[in-house]
Amino acid sequence: MSEPVAHLFLLCGMGVVLLLIVGFYSLLTTRNLVRMVIALEILSKATTLALVASGYATGQIGLAQALAITLIVIEVAVVVVAVAIILCVYRHTDSLDVAHLRELKG
Amino acid sequence: MHRLDLLLIVALVAAALWTVMTARLLRAVVALAVTSVLITALMFQLRSPIAGVFELSVCAGLIPAILITTISLTQRLDAEQLIARKKEKLRQYWPLPVLVIAAAILLSRVNVPLDFPAILPAPEKEEDVRTSLWALRHIDLLGQVVILLAGAFAVVVLVREKHRKSD
Repeated sequence: MSEPVAHLFLLCGMGVVLLLIVGFYSLLTTRNLVRMVIALEILSKATTLALVASGYATGQIGLAQALAITLIVIEVAVVVVAVAIILCVYRHTDSLDVAHLRELKG
Repeated sequence: MHRLDLLLIVALVAAALWTVMTARLLRAVVALAVTSVLITALMFQLRSPIAGVFELSVCAGLIPAILITTISLTQRLDAEQLIARKKEKLRQYWPLPVLVIAAAILLSRVNVPLDFPAILPAPEKEEDVRTSLWALRHIDLLGQVVILLAGAFAVVVLVREKHRKSD
């Protein structure tokens, strides 16, 4: 691995770890459903960056981009379904607080 | 070149921190879009322009639009609630920047071995993403279509349930 490639790969690796810390911390501390989706988004962004950086470092840029595109499509589907569930919960409980989910039947 | 990469990473982490630490949901979504734009710039630096364009159009365009629509369907916070939210955020999130800075310092001191063997050998000629998608990962395309259809179906089911109950 050449020096500029290794440098960028290490920087991106550091960025990925820091994004994972931010995402997991937010996911564990927040009780707002929309903020939970946003935290999930940050985690998936870290994953996308890790994929693309790995492809760049190993010379598999085409494959990494194909996987990143697949990940982005899955991300959209996850967000859309999560938002639909959030709206249903909001209509039931009048709140975005995850604690109110305990009061639902089932 | 190196300075630009470093600047992008610092801005990316700062945008992610802004996303989770801001008290207003709308600002959090805008910060998320900014995070996506910075990741797009990094993808261009990593010679992945097509994934970058996807990230920019979907993650910085479509997903914030969906989230803003969702937020617009919920109630506004009044001034007192907003002040209480800000205090709660400060109490919950003050360790996060400290944690991130500590992790960054720790990571910058770790010597990562970069002579690891790649699982897949690099191709002789650099493969285009279209070749990878159509020739090597065509099952992924089928999976993407199925996931999008499943997502659309789930939304229709959830919304129809609501209409039935409101009738």
